[in-house]
Amino acid sequence: MKIVVLVKHVPDAQFDRHLNGAGNTVDRDESILSELDEYALEAALQLAEARGGSKAGNQVIALSMGPSGAVNAVKKALQMGATEGVHVTDDALAGSDAAATSLALAAAVRHLGGVDLVLTGMASTDGETSLVPAQLAERLGLPQVTFASTLEVDGGRLTARRDADTSSETVEAPLPAIVSVTDQINEPRYPNFKGIIAAKRKSITTLSLADIGVDPAQVGFAGSWTSVASAEQRPPRTAGTIITDEGDAGIKLVDFLAAQKLL
Amino acid sequence: MAKVLVFIDNPGASLKKSSLELLTLARSLGGSTVGLNGDLSDGVAATFAEYGVDSILHPSAQDLDDFLVAPKAAYVAAAAEASGAAIVLLDNSPEGKEIAARVGIRLNAGVITDVVAVDGDGTAHKSVLAGSYSTACKATTPVSVLTLKANNVIPEPAPAPTTPETVTVDVPAVAAAARITAREQKVASGRPDLTDARIVVAGGRGMDGDFGPVEELADALGAAVGASRAATDAGWISHDAQVGQTGKTVSPQLYISAGISGAIQQKAGMQTSQVIVAVNKDAESPVFEIADFGIIGDVFDVLPQAAAEIKKRKG
Ligand SMILES: Cc1cc2nc3c(=O)[nH]c(=O)nc-3n(C[C@H](O)[C@H](O)[C@H](O)COP(=O)(O)OP(=O)(O)OC[C@H]3O[C@@H](n4cnc5c(N)ncnc54)[C@H](O)[C@@H]3O)c2cc1C
Repeated sequence: MKIVVLVKHVPDAQFDRHLNGAGNTVDRDESILSELDEYALEAALQLAEARGGSKAGNQVIALSMGPSGAVNAVKKALQMGATEGVHVTDDALAGSDAAATSLALAAAVRHLGGVDLVLTGMASTDGETSLVPAQLAERLGLPQVTFASTLEVDGGRLTARRDADTSSETVEAPLPAIVSVTDQINEPRYPNFKGIIAAKRKSITTLSLADIGVDPAQVGFAGSWTSVASAEQRPPRTAGTIITDEGDAGIKLVDFLAAQKLL
Repeated sequence: MAKVLVFIDNPGASLKKSSLELLTLARSLGGSTVGLNGDLSDGVAATFAEYGVDSILHPSAQDLDDFLVAPKAAYVAAAAEASGAAIVLLDNSPEGKEIAARVGIRLNAGVITDVVAVDGDGTAHKSVLAGSYSTACKATTPVSVLTLKANNVIPEPAPAPTTPETVTVDVPAVAAAARITAREQKVASGRPDLTDARIVVAGGRGMDGDFGPVEELADALGAAVGASRAATDAGWISHDAQVGQTGKTVSPQLYISAGISGAIQQKAGMQTSQVIVAVNKDAESPVFEIADFGIIGDVFDVLPQAAAEIKKRKG
């Protein structure tokens, strides 16, 4: 099987995150592989391993689009066990919104050719929109399962479960297909020493827009269909009153709610 | 004034509050057309009239619910074209956002999610990076697709009711979509919907397997029940109660956090709540950094006492 996993290089949410510059784009210093993409990668590795791994011709390709630093997300994926890496990078991509990102990623997936499955996380941890997987599916005309909490592939079909608010669903689709997975699907592995050493020998292909046949005018600020006019940092929430329970904190809580007119 | 298409999916016997919010916003931006999927009950038809809907579109195909979103998106895009809408409004549920994503590609339209307000010129307001920035953004395309977060518009009927016409829209064939082969309905709790609720009481690992005190306080307040991932992973409460980065984002008037430490992924889902109350026995818990009212105490003492006191005061 040829599985492509989308991996995004995102600012670490453990630190303060910032918007920068005229386009109000996310500052990508202190970035890491989006932790939600690790679940997609783990799912891909498990599917490949169940089929005899890379020796049996199974490929797990970690694909990232982004500035030079984004190659770190690909490297981490290789350390975890992806067989190869692809980094789509081009100055013209800066400022791409979901539509422009999905356009470039769709072109990259087509360029790779013969892909059986595209796996993604449920959302990026920076933009948090969940738009890209669905837009990629629409652009590639592939069936898609979103928010999968289980995933099985048997022959040319996949079966997954997804949890909606009022129901749980079992869904099926023929391959090739696109699946976004939730953090319920598995427990991502940590790269071990062997994996880190092995990753050094794996190849990372760098692709420009010209390589994947995308017109620079269709991506970046120019090709995006949305623009951010202004961004204001909200004052961080500050702590209010803190009391220690002396046997009547429940009553004091109700007094507080009453004073706030919340009862 | 812009023409606005509001997508409403399977409303059942009555419209949800979030749907009323969509209709109210749509009317404030221009004329509203509803793109409906599923049956139109008398009650819902009456509400559409009351909320000033000009026309109600139905899909030509009956089987949209058998597939994952692709055919629904094809229908919504066709409905937007048929109605000449400049703005397409959907709810901000995972499915709403996903349909929006695909409609955007079909209509070459910019998509903005998590919208909390829309100006007359179509500028949308939203907060990003877990509530740390407020931004104003706009689609640069002739049509824009927006998903509106619940609880940001006050539902208001039109000054004068309308008599909406009904029109059928042809649903274009979709290349390939995943088919839903089984669906298990979940049992309704009878409590308010978590994302729409005015008050949320959420419990974490500190509840130690017993959500009784959380539920009791929630019921005294007429609140929805939420949870941290630790509590849902432990199986103490269903996964759809999870609030946070990979659960639901809520911004109620009041969020009561009980036995939750306040990890960054949990905060991401609740820190835009208007008032935050935290009960935790560890004074060092990060949740106290953002709580308006914090109680260092045991949830099994504080919650039942508060619930009893509320019941007493409400008589
Ligand atoms: C990719 C990813 C996504 C995630 N998404 C989410 C998400 O969407 N939502 C989410 O919540 N988490 C999420 N998490 C998990 C998150 O990091 C925390 O692990 C989780 O929120 C911890 O839950 P908790 O606060 O209930 O448990 P803990 O961190 O164990 O905290 C329990 C708290 O209860 C207090 N306590 C214990 N007993 C009592 C008592 N009797 N009375 C009062 N206080 C008591 C303790 O002092 C402690 O502060 C995610 C993690 C990852 C890696």
